[in-house]
Amino acid sequence: MNPIFMIIGYILLAPIGGGLLMGLDRIITARMQSRVGPPVLQPFFDVFKLLGKQNLTVNRFHSYYLFFFLIFMMVSGAMFFAGDDLLMVIFALIVADVFLVLSAYSTNSPFSSIGAERELLQMLSSEPMMLLTAVGFYMVTGSFNVSAIASSGRRLIFYLPGIFIGLTFVLTIKFQKSPFDLAVSHHAHQELVKGISTEFAGPSLALIEIEHWYETILLLGMIWLFFAFNPALATAGALLVYFLEVFIDNANSRVKWELMLKSAWLVTLLFGLGNLLVLYFVLHIG
Amino acid sequence: MSWMLFLILFPLLPAVLLLIVKSVSIQKWIVIFASTLICAGAIGLAVTGIQGQPRYFGNGSSLVENLVVAGDIMLALIFLYACRRLPLKRCWIPLMVLAQYGVVVWYELSGRVPGVADYLFIDNLTIIMALIIGIVGSLITVYSIGYMQRYHEAHPHIPDRRGEFLSAIFLFFFAMYGIVFSNSITWIYYFWEITTLCSFIMIRYPRTEEAVRNAFLALWMLLVGGLAFAAAIVYAAGYCRTVELSRLVAMNKSVVMLPALLICFAGMNKAAQFPFAKWLLGAMAAPTPCSALLHSSTMVKAGVYIVLRFAPVLHNTAAGLVLAVSGGLSFVAGSALAISQRDGKRALAYSTIGNLGLIILCAGIGTHQALWSAVLLIIFHALAKALMFLCVGTVEQQTGSRYIEDMHGLISRMPILTIVMLIGIAGMFLAPFGMLISKWAVLEALAKRNPIFPPIVIFGGSLMLFFWTKWMGKLIAVTGRQPGRDKGIGIEWTALCGLALLTILGCALYPLVGHYLLEPLYGYDPMLSHRAIMMVAIMLGLMLMLPMGFFIHWKNLVHVAPYLSGANVADPHQFMGSLGSARAWSFRNYYLDKYFSEKKLFRGTLAGSMALMALMFLVANL
Repeated sequence: MNPIFMIIGYILLAPIGGGLLMGLDRIITARMQSRVGPPVLQPFFDVFKLLGKQNLTVNRFHSYYLFFFLIFMMVSGAMFFAGDDLLMVIFALIVADVFLVLSAYSTNSPFSSIGAERELLQMLSSEPMMLLTAVGFYMVTGSFNVSAIASSGRRLIFYLPGIFIGLTFVLTIKFQKSPFDLAVSHHAHQELVKGISTEFAGPSLALIEIEHWYETILLLGMIWLFFAFNPALATAGALLVYFLEVFIDNANSRVKWELMLKSAWLVTLLFGLGNLLVLYFVLHIG
Repeated sequence: MSWMLFLILFPLLPAVLLLIVKSVSIQKWIVIFASTLICAGAIGLAVTGIQGQPRYFGNGSSLVENLVVAGDIMLALIFLYACRRLPLKRCWIPLMVLAQYGVVVWYELSGRVPGVADYLFIDNLTIIMALIIGIVGSLITVYSIGYMQRYHEAHPHIPDRRGEFLSAIFLFFFAMYGIVFSNSITWIYYFWEITTLCSFIMIRYPRTEEAVRNAFLALWMLLVGGLAFAAAIVYAAGYCRTVELSRLVAMNKSVVMLPALLICFAGMNKAAQFPFAKWLLGAMAAPTPCSALLHSSTMVKAGVYIVLRFAPVLHNTAAGLVLAVSGGLSFVAGSALAISQRDGKRALAYSTIGNLGLIILCAGIGTHQALWSAVLLIIFHALAKALMFLCVGTVEQQTGSRYIEDMHGLISRMPILTIVMLIGIAGMFLAPFGMLISKWAVLEALAKRNPIFPPIVIFGGSLMLFFWTKWMGKLIAVTGRQPGRDKGIGIEWTALCGLALLTILGCALYPLVGHYLLEPLYGYDPMLSHRAIMMVAIMLGLMLMLPMGFFIHWKNLVHVAPYLSGANVADPHQFMGSLGSARAWSFRNYYLDKYFSEKKLFRGTLAGSMALMALMFLVANL
């Protein structure tokens, strides 16, 4: 497909898809906790309401950093769906995250700053696995380009089961789900003060929500690539992984950062690197 | 040819003049003129010299050769003179000098060193190095005029010998240009030891006990590298029958492996890789321009340059692989250790060690793509690191502290300097700036090889991301109106703004560097594809839009004080304590000492790197 259409499609449709997923997430979560839950469209209602509120701010810069946070998120996703270099996609995602962290730091509020530090720890835990996933794709398909990976016809999931497990593990961190929702959580029971987003209110908070929708779609897109040989299966796989994350979210409470860092790196080395080593021996020596 | 001779020989003139002239204002003009000329010379060389094939220049007269021998002897005497007051139990330092110079001079005088046809040469890598040395180096030199003035105002107890310091900088230029243009390893050795001497002079400059101790630490560690270099000359002269770089590199690997490894060992030593990292950390005792010079355009870059030259020999060998792993170890350990550093300069030093490790890793792999990324890393690291050092030096002079915690809210106190500093930090790790482009290229190059190397780059890169971002966060915390602190920065702005501009331009112009300088050298690289260039361009364009936001005045903003658990006092830096009194709050960054402190990591890394060094020589013949 023409990359321009894919980019436009992503920019327009990703928030809708991401928002609906959030709505489903909240219903499933509610059912797991024996509640009825809000309507599917609740996330959209929330964001529209936030957009209409007063823009409270501690200084005039921090919402500007947030704006760049959203822009770079969109750039990252657009590059992914246009079929560009997966490494650059991840680097752009990192830039987006850095802007969120900077925005929180610039408020000079202790709660926000602690959230920012924790967001950094989350990045430190999850980035290695994300990049290793790209390396894994490269080893099988010989290209970093998303379009080439998607159209390679290889059944990536069979070559890279360890990478798949590792990526699913760090997606818990990226989706801000328990037990790794250190920087900020969607659940009221996890926090007294809302971590990195303490100082963001009204439209700024809406910006963060919309970014989260874009990010969810992009990350599920990475899962999609494992099953790209069969689009129906791929969509089912991505949704299943998301369901799994919701399940994990509801079955755990927050852990300390040390456990997050150690477990994420251990999984990265054990499943990610282990998978690559085995694959290397099978492809080049066996 | 004439540009080359100019660049090598001209710096000697200001070096001598600065020792003679005592008037500060005349010294200032000498420095400005001379560094402008050197900078212009480097650009002139690049404009006239760019082409695909290396060119060699023979001289033939034995006069020059004898001059270098005389220079060697003189240098040995200077080293011995510097060591004259050492206690007897450290007599091994002068003994090292005697051992290496004794052998080399004896070999040269007794005619055991084979004749050299081409003394000088020039190719695209030389041109890149010449540009880095000329441009970044002279900006640092100009900066040091203003810096030294205020340094002596702030430290009246340190005797004012700034002529000696500035002269050492120009001697550094002489030595660096000598290293990159020479084709004979005996010549390179001569210039190599001059850089050791220069760093000794500069580190010792404050004459405090700490400075003298660190200067001797640097001296003996660097002499170990010199010893390896001398051994390489003896071996090359005896077994390979040539001391010409171009011929050595083209020889059969089994013959030339040992001298190549010895020289790479010397290169890693000069590049402050583990186990020799300590001398670079100690070098911070010197005035800031010295650190900036050592870390960015000279000294450590000479180390990686020589390793890059021998990369074709290392390619596809077991020893090359071990060299790459040991570079990778320095990369990961340097990045991890930087996390726990509170001292800005020390954090920068560890990041230098880390990044140079990455370059060594690329050189050890030795594929064309890996070398491509190594050269990119050299360029961008020189720009951003020089900028960072100069910024931290300026902050130290303005606020009296170089600790990262004390830079909290710097943007409210010194807005312009902070923006320059943010550019420097972004240049070190953030997409789409130079270092990240290089890391991208490294990953693309390494993914083709075995899967051991990409994780090294990935983990090291993530650790770097962590410590740079938390530093950035400290700088941009908006603390409200505070008295400005950027009065009194004068000529330093030239260097600060110049380097900041170059950091951004370097990112925009990387396709040109790749096309005109790197492609003839190492061939085409996917980094030059239109897709890649376009992505970098889009992201750079967005980044450049960032400063505009500071001039937009947003409507409908309702200003509130930060949330402090519901009990704010009128002053946002205080909160209402449980006993009803106002208490100040403060916030410190994470340094994760439990995992990343020097106590935890330094020794293990030292042992690991020593083992790797030994292993490298053991597998030399595989």
